[in-house]
Amino acid sequence: MSHVIEASGLVKRYKDVIALDGLDLSVPAGTVLGLLGPNGAGKTTAVSILTTLLQPDEGSATVAGADVIGTPHLVRQRIGLAGQNAAVDEYLTGFENLEMIGRLYRLGRRRSRERARILLEQLDLIDAADRPVKTYSGGMRRRLDLAGALVAETPVLFLDEPTTGLDPRSRIDLWAIIKSLVAQGTTLLLTTQYLDEADQLADDIVVIDHGRAIASGTPDELKEMVGGERIEVTVRDAGQADLARRTLVRFAVGDIQTDGRAETLLVPITGGAPVLTQALRELDLEGVAIRDVTLRRPTLDDAFLALTGHGAESSAKGRTDSAPARDDGAGRPREASRR
Amino acid sequence: MMELVHSFGDGAVIAKRNLIKIKRVPEVLVFVLISPIMFVLLFAYVFGSSIDIPGGSYREFLIAGIFAQTVVFGATFTGAGLAEDMQKGIIHRFRSLPMSRSAVIVGRTASDVVYNVLSLAIMAITGLLVGWRIHSGVLDAIGGFALLLLFAYAFSWVMAYVGLLVPSPEVVNNASFIVIFPLTFVANTFVPSDNLPAPLKFFAEWNPVSAVTQAARELFGNIPAGTPQPTAWPLKNPVAYTLVWVVAIVAVFAPLSVARYRRAAQRV
Repeated sequence: MSHVIEASGLVKRYKDVIALDGLDLSVPAGTVLGLLGPNGAGKTTAVSILTTLLQPDEGSATVAGADVIGTPHLVRQRIGLAGQNAAVDEYLTGFENLEMIGRLYRLGRRRSRERARILLEQLDLIDAADRPVKTYSGGMRRRLDLAGALVAETPVLFLDEPTTGLDPRSRIDLWAIIKSLVAQGTTLLLTTQYLDEADQLADDIVVIDHGRAIASGTPDELKEMVGGERIEVTVRDAGQADLARRTLVRFAVGDIQTDGRAETLLVPITGGAPVLTQALRELDLEGVAIRDVTLRRPTLDDAFLALTGHGAESSAKGRTDSAPARDDGAGRPREASRR
Repeated sequence: MMELVHSFGDGAVIAKRNLIKIKRVPEVLVFVLISPIMFVLLFAYVFGSSIDIPGGSYREFLIAGIFAQTVVFGATFTGAGLAEDMQKGIIHRFRSLPMSRSAVIVGRTASDVVYNVLSLAIMAITGLLVGWRIHSGVLDAIGGFALLLLFAYAFSWVMAYVGLLVPSPEVVNNASFIVIFPLTFVANTFVPSDNLPAPLKFFAEWNPVSAVTQAARELFGNIPAGTPQPTAWPLKNPVAYTLVWVVAIVAVFAPLSVARYRRAAQRV
């Protein structure tokens, strides 16, 4: 069978919270699956189960031909993992970190050092190789963490939100690195909150929410479902929202939606800035007072709106923290959605 | 068998990592070592003047007790180190690697032997400065230090378990005092146990910390001639009794800790 990652019916519960609710996944060899979802959708829980860090309550999964529950040790030999919480030792240097990881993969001292050197070169960390990780920037730590996942040249990689919290420049650098890896035939499962990231990197995307897959397909298929660009207009007075809607309907290439608040309209369009200019002119002519207007490319939130009828934020309700995803490494993951 | 080989191999890799940390952040040593030095000064100069050791000097009597106390206190370092590891992101890495499941603890207890060697060296120097001397032969003296280190190693498994039970490194210190204070004070470490009231005396006589202290005193030649033979079996055979404890502690706490590590790992 050519599916390198195969999961069926994964369920994980934490007391009153269901993190995964019957998730199925399958990733053919040499392809990239993007697992897309908001905070708390169950992405990290899914990765934790597939990488043997967590036992599912129900369901089964195989990775690279090994059963994650029955033979976790075999799975661990065949995977590399880089997560949200850069799993590197801050008192060791970059080189020492990678050498240690190589030794723990049992590559032997020589091979471990060789791999450490090569990866530090590749990930542009060679100048910082002999500095303790404490002195690294966030982007450097992420790159080192990624390098850790690459030490043993395993056939399967898991990257859990590899770019969350990075600045745009570092994100684009990291994308380039990931693309070159995939070009070498690695099978990759990547989680992300960013539609553009999944679009850039993945062959297939599974959108998850409340621990369940709610949509899947190629990036193009998904974008088609979601729609392309959109104008987001906020009117000054909610009473004028209807007038605005009537005015804008001829620019829309799909349904005009509201963003929970009555005064904000989301208008799917094609044609970009010129269409925006014209739309604004029309609104002005009709005497609609505008507080805010933006032209947006689709985001995860749009995708959720299109796929579920509610925004990505609301699926994170019940959690105390809706800041960008961060698993603090202590206690249970924040990926867990209330039912 | 292979599992055991891997456990040692991977443990050595982890031990090396822990030692690098001590090298990079030597401050941690300073704080852990200051308290035994304070104890030496406090007992040697403050309490010592009112504690009478028949036929000998209190400082000679004291230092073996301080050694025993130092290694017991030092074990909290193991617990705190493990508790800290469990909180850090690096534990996720370790758990996703095909390494031995016991390596993190085996490595931690191993690297703490080096820490104990350092702390015993510092205590020995402090002892020499306040007037403690070794009156026995070289082999006996080496035997004394070796026994202390063995006991330290065993006790660090106890604290490893505590370190895995508690939610944060700060708790280790507080939690461990509940165990450490009675063990190190209701003993013959600072005062001869003969002077204690009966129930405490019984506890002190069978307390392994008393035995390791007594053994060290004998091996360093710190028991003045004419001191009456202890009557309790553990104190008559302190080396054997200590070794029994070393084996028993490791036999109980090594499997407990490894099981606890696996379970704690599943919490995340």
